[in-house]
Amino acid sequence: MTIDMSQFFQVFFDEAEELLAEMEKLLLAIDVSAPDEEELNAIFRAAHSIKGGAGTFGLTDLTEVTHVLESLLDRIRKGEMALTAEHVDAFLVAKDILKMQLDGHRLQTPVDQEAVADVRMMLQSLSQGQVSAASLDITPAVEVAPAAMVLAAEEASRCFRIELPQVPVRDVDALAAELGLLGAISRSELEDKRTVFNLATNEGPEDIVAICSFILDPADLKVTEQEPPVPALTPAQLKAAQEAAQGYGFFDPIEQTGEAAAAAAKKAQEDAQGYGFFEGFEPPAMKAVQEAENVTQAQAAAQPAAQPAAAAAADKKVVTRRESDKTAVHNQETTSIRVGIEKVDQLINLVGELVITQAMIEQRTSSLDPMIHERLLSSVSQLTRNTRDLQEAVMSIRMMPMDYVFSRFPRMVRDLATKLGKRIEFVTHGAATELDKGLIERIVDPLTHLVRNSIDHGIETPEVRREAGKSETGKLSLSAGHQGGNIIIEVTDDGGGLNRDKILAKARQNGLPVSDSMSDADVWQLIFAPGFSTAEVVTDVSGRGVGMDVVKRNITAMGGVVDIRSAKGFGTTISISLPLTLAILDGMLIKVGEEIYILPLGYVVESLQPDPADVKEITGQGRVVKVRGEYLPLIPLYQMFGVEPRFTDPSQGIVVILESDGKKAALFVDDLVGQQQVVVKNLESNYRKVAGISGATILGDGGVSLIIDVAALLRSSRQLADESIFS
Amino acid sequence: MTQATQNNVLAVGKKNDHDIAGQEFLAFTLGKEEYGIHILKVQEIRGYETVTRIANSPDFIKGVVNLRGIIVPIVDMRIRFNLGTPTYDQFTVVIILNINGRVVGMVVDSVSDVITLSPEQIKPAPEMGTALNTDYLIGLGTIEQRMLILVDIDRLMSSSEMGLLEKMAA
Repeated sequence: MTIDMSQFFQVFFDEAEELLAEMEKLLLAIDVSAPDEEELNAIFRAAHSIKGGAGTFGLTDLTEVTHVLESLLDRIRKGEMALTAEHVDAFLVAKDILKMQLDGHRLQTPVDQEAVADVRMMLQSLSQGQVSAASLDITPAVEVAPAAMVLAAEEASRCFRIELPQVPVRDVDALAAELGLLGAISRSELEDKRTVFNLATNEGPEDIVAICSFILDPADLKVTEQEPPVPALTPAQLKAAQEAAQGYGFFDPIEQTGEAAAAAAKKAQEDAQGYGFFEGFEPPAMKAVQEAENVTQAQAAAQPAAQPAAAAAADKKVVTRRESDKTAVHNQETTSIRVGIEKVDQLINLVGELVITQAMIEQRTSSLDPMIHERLLSSVSQLTRNTRDLQEAVMSIRMMPMDYVFSRFPRMVRDLATKLGKRIEFVTHGAATELDKGLIERIVDPLTHLVRNSIDHGIETPEVRREAGKSETGKLSLSAGHQGGNIIIEVTDDGGGLNRDKILAKARQNGLPVSDSMSDADVWQLIFAPGFSTAEVVTDVSGRGVGMDVVKRNITAMGGVVDIRSAKGFGTTISISLPLTLAILDGMLIKVGEEIYILPLGYVVESLQPDPADVKEITGQGRVVKVRGEYLPLIPLYQMFGVEPRFTDPSQGIVVILESDGKKAALFVDDLVGQQQVVVKNLESNYRKVAGISGATILGDGGVSLIIDVAALLRSSRQLADESIFS
Repeated sequence: MTQATQNNVLAVGKKNDHDIAGQEFLAFTLGKEEYGIHILKVQEIRGYETVTRIANSPDFIKGVVNLRGIIVPIVDMRIRFNLGTPTYDQFTVVIILNINGRVVGMVVDSVSDVITLSPEQIKPAPEMGTALNTDYLIGLGTIEQRMLILVDIDRLMSSSEMGLLEKMAA
């Protein structure tokens, strides 16, 4: 087998990352007092899959951590241990460590080995916790960490001889490392260059085959069980072993008093009820040897006897159960496929083209006599329906549920709340709402900022809340939902609300033009001004005054709008309204001369035919239009784009009032053609950026129409206006 | 490709085992001059259709068209190099080029044929005589009585003179 593994690395990294995110989500959702068995299984499966993948690619550091994690999880899900908040914390830490290790492999970022060791210790001691506690009165020093050393070669219950087929040295090394996790391994070579492992382990042959099958064909594998070395047993140990294992092979030299061993073994047997701990005790052998040297004899003696006993008690049920897990995982994998985003985009493009072609056919057949061409026309309307369905289906591929974004918040809220000494109940609504993948990735940062802000500034400390007569636990909610062609994402807290006076005072201090008579909505918008923060203390969480302006800018760049609602003492809601996708835009078609341009509808406030008296000239440089008491600069589109217009007098044509960044302008055009959804095409892919144009689209007749970059247009017009005022 | 050119390729191939066995060029005319470009750069040849003008762009950039869902800029070489009179009728031809993944349309007077030139048929271009800077020429190809100005279309289209690319235009 000489497949280049590197091409699969990326797939593994992606998958592992997803699994970790999934694991975190489940951990945060889990009810500690009454954990759902399915959830525990799902967490276990995630850990197991990462371990499997990491093993295949020889990422032993990942396997080691996932392994202890998996062991602990396995015991919990089998009900041998009660889940505690402590466990959940430990799992979350372990998840972070795994992420760090993963990044270490993928991006060559530094990995904190000490933290890795710490988390393994923690998980191991936790996984021993229950049994140890049971035999606490008789066994001193429960916190003996490495279960590893229990399993020195001679302690293992079974011994296997594994004959490999001819495989490259690399694979042999990888296999050796992987099998080393099961127990002590030694290696020798046959005359025909094949490698033979001798493995002393507590595992069954099924596991060995399962591990090897990551790398080679199980059919080529020869696993034979051999007589393990039989150490001398004391009568007490023998008794314990018999009691515990009920006739299963068990050859552990337990350096402990008979009673202790017996008691622990019995306990283990009771707990295990035939399941056994199995996974709990596959220690990384290399590490074991290393650590064994450091650990004192006393600690070694203190090893809970229950461990090997329980391990030995493992029976076939474990194997069947693990197999059923594997099928479950397998089934899950086959329900989705990974496809490159460029393939999806290509598909979307092609379908977009089909839609245009279909529109052309429809247009051309519409003039036919419906009596003569009845069948043709009914086929055409069938085609129309089908293409529309197809387009919807294809567009939905790019759509991702908001859950992708929401799922990262519970952890952050939890950590931040703990750090700030606040009590926060976090709820999400509408996590199933779907949004374009491109947008969903760009919404993460602004949303993170808003949530942090709400926790830091919005929700008060428990004391303040109690005094205000509110429940000590603050409520923070994230919701998503559709509203027309937009998606509305809201961050709501029931905290103190925005302080109008404070914001106004701060705005004055910053030299912003404000007045006391401003409406609340206008006052709230002030917090989006650059460098604006009313927090008294700058924390590492927020309050530096960078951020809100960036949030606003990012959202505007996505074609979205931010809106704030706040009531003093009752909380704040920040509402983000986004278009469903960047690929499709609601456009207003306008005409100048013979050319049709598209204005993104989001910028359009209104359109009207001005009264001749409302159009004024300013020093011969430009014109303004008076609309509802406001003077707006008039931008004649024909001048901007050098077109021969039908009208040069605004009172004959139409002016479209546009708004962007709070600035308004009136665009003078000849005519409004209509309003339609257009598929946005990039002009830069084959040409270059054109000033004043943000993209292009294809109209129903197959012709190209350009989309006007309203934000840029308004910026340039403002420059003109400023010049005309100051020059 | 005709049978004759096929045979020609084979014959040339036998002659020049050591070299690339003859290169194929698409011959087209601009005004009275005959030009040639590498056939592999040509994606397709289309008739001229209505373009959408791009405001404030140079006059030789006619605008953009929709080529099966892709927005493609159309350049009129006759205007760019002051060759011939730009007329647009049903005989006007657009050569769609694929230059390093970017699709560009080029308006020419007519497309004649595809010819194969062996390396010895390609002579270096003299320092003068054409509307094009010699930097953008591969050389002059001669075949029987015809002379083809062989254009390095990759370089020409990516050049700042054409203003088709962002970095060049900046």
